[in-house]
Amino acid sequence: MDTNSKLQIPNSKLLDYTLRLADDALILGHRLGEWCGHGPILEQDIALTNTALDHLGRARSLYQYAAELFNQMPADEKKQVFTSVAIQNLVSTGANVDEDDLAYLRDGWDFRNALLLEQPNIDWAYTVARALFYDTFNYFFFTELSKSKNESLAAVAEKSLKEVTYHLRWSSEWAVRLGDGTDESHARMQKAVNELWMYSGELFTPNETDEEMSRAGLGVDLTKIKPLYMARVQEVLSEATLTTPPDTWMQQGGRNGRHSEHLGYVLAELQFMQRAYPGMEW
Amino acid sequence: MAELNKEQVYEWLSSVTDPEVPALTILDLGIVREVAVSGSGTETDVKVVITPTYSGCPAMDVISIGVRMALMSRGIRKVNIELQLSPAWTTDWMTEEGKQKLKAYGIAPPNRKAFKPLGLFEEDEVSCPRCGSEETELVSQFGPTSCKALYKCLSCKEPFEHFKCH
Repeated sequence: MDTNSKLQIPNSKLLDYTLRLADDALILGHRLGEWCGHGPILEQDIALTNTALDHLGRARSLYQYAAELFNQMPADEKKQVFTSVAIQNLVSTGANVDEDDLAYLRDGWDFRNALLLEQPNIDWAYTVARALFYDTFNYFFFTELSKSKNESLAAVAEKSLKEVTYHLRWSSEWAVRLGDGTDESHARMQKAVNELWMYSGELFTPNETDEEMSRAGLGVDLTKIKPLYMARVQEVLSEATLTTPPDTWMQQGGRNGRHSEHLGYVLAELQFMQRAYPGMEW
Repeated sequence: MAELNKEQVYEWLSSVTDPEVPALTILDLGIVREVAVSGSGTETDVKVVITPTYSGCPAMDVISIGVRMALMSRGIRKVNIELQLSPAWTTDWMTEEGKQKLKAYGIAPPNRKAFKPLGLFEEDEVSCPRCGSEETELVSQFGPTSCKALYKCLSCKEPFEHFKCH
């Protein structure tokens, strides 16, 4: 806390940054969880739920920190952060929010996850391609974030980096196995890579929050990790005998709350119980 | 109650086991990072700092309860448990005794130093905890808990779990 105030970053920016990392992790964690009981073989079913658990664990740590940041803000500023009715109602009572409120009571437009992570599972190839892009991004992102001057973010990054390294190995190996597999698996893997490619650029498109956080030594300079990411993805795709898609128009909007229709369906399932039975515990 | 010393607290904590791998105590695992005692008598205050093995490990809540119970059942009323993420836990912190207990329990202990990551399609050399054979094969990089991978022994044909190097 003290280090942050010295660096003059407003809590709202730090909150925005923390929340998007949490939302990325929660939404992909949910998507991977959808595979539970549907994996092609038991061992891979377990692989995805294990990975989902790592993402969920990281989401929890980040939501706890986000809640702490939010609760420290002055009352009038709090009202500006989220426009979701359920959160607004809670804030108007003067109550503090916690990790669960942030996960369950925000509507889609208050989520800041990248569009890539809400894309549906479709098939094994899409699941692997989405994981490959995200895991590669995470690997370089958390390597940098672990050097952040913000102790809370650095600690989460340091912890996650070890898990992400394991995820990256899994998704890279599967990309190679499918790409350099049968004609059918090659064609489907190439299709998944091509279709999801336009969602991968958002991870590296800095907005005002990224720039401020990076300048203050708190966040990651995305332009610095992008070439590392590209080199690694190209290496894996080439090993997989797949073609790296050419530069193209990149979809974006998730970081500012503009999502694809898919997020709504994820949230409908994820949040249903807490919306229908507020405060329910089990 | 007289003045409490840290060694006594560590001894009590040695009765708290990992609910998912009950052969190991939390001290064997290396997740107890700090113990601090302040005050005395009925005002004795004990702080225990623990670190999670994996970010989403569901055992952490049960372990926290275990720590609290172990201390409260010895008459400590003020127990403060802190969760610390950094420095990140590594299997390099597992005690030698812990590794022997794992092996005796039928789980192959971590042997590679965790800071040396594996390349693609590279596998750890893991010997079978039952027959000791080095002829083993990875079945799945992921297992029933975050901390384990699945292997099988090509000599005695038994499947077994490996506590991943992390």
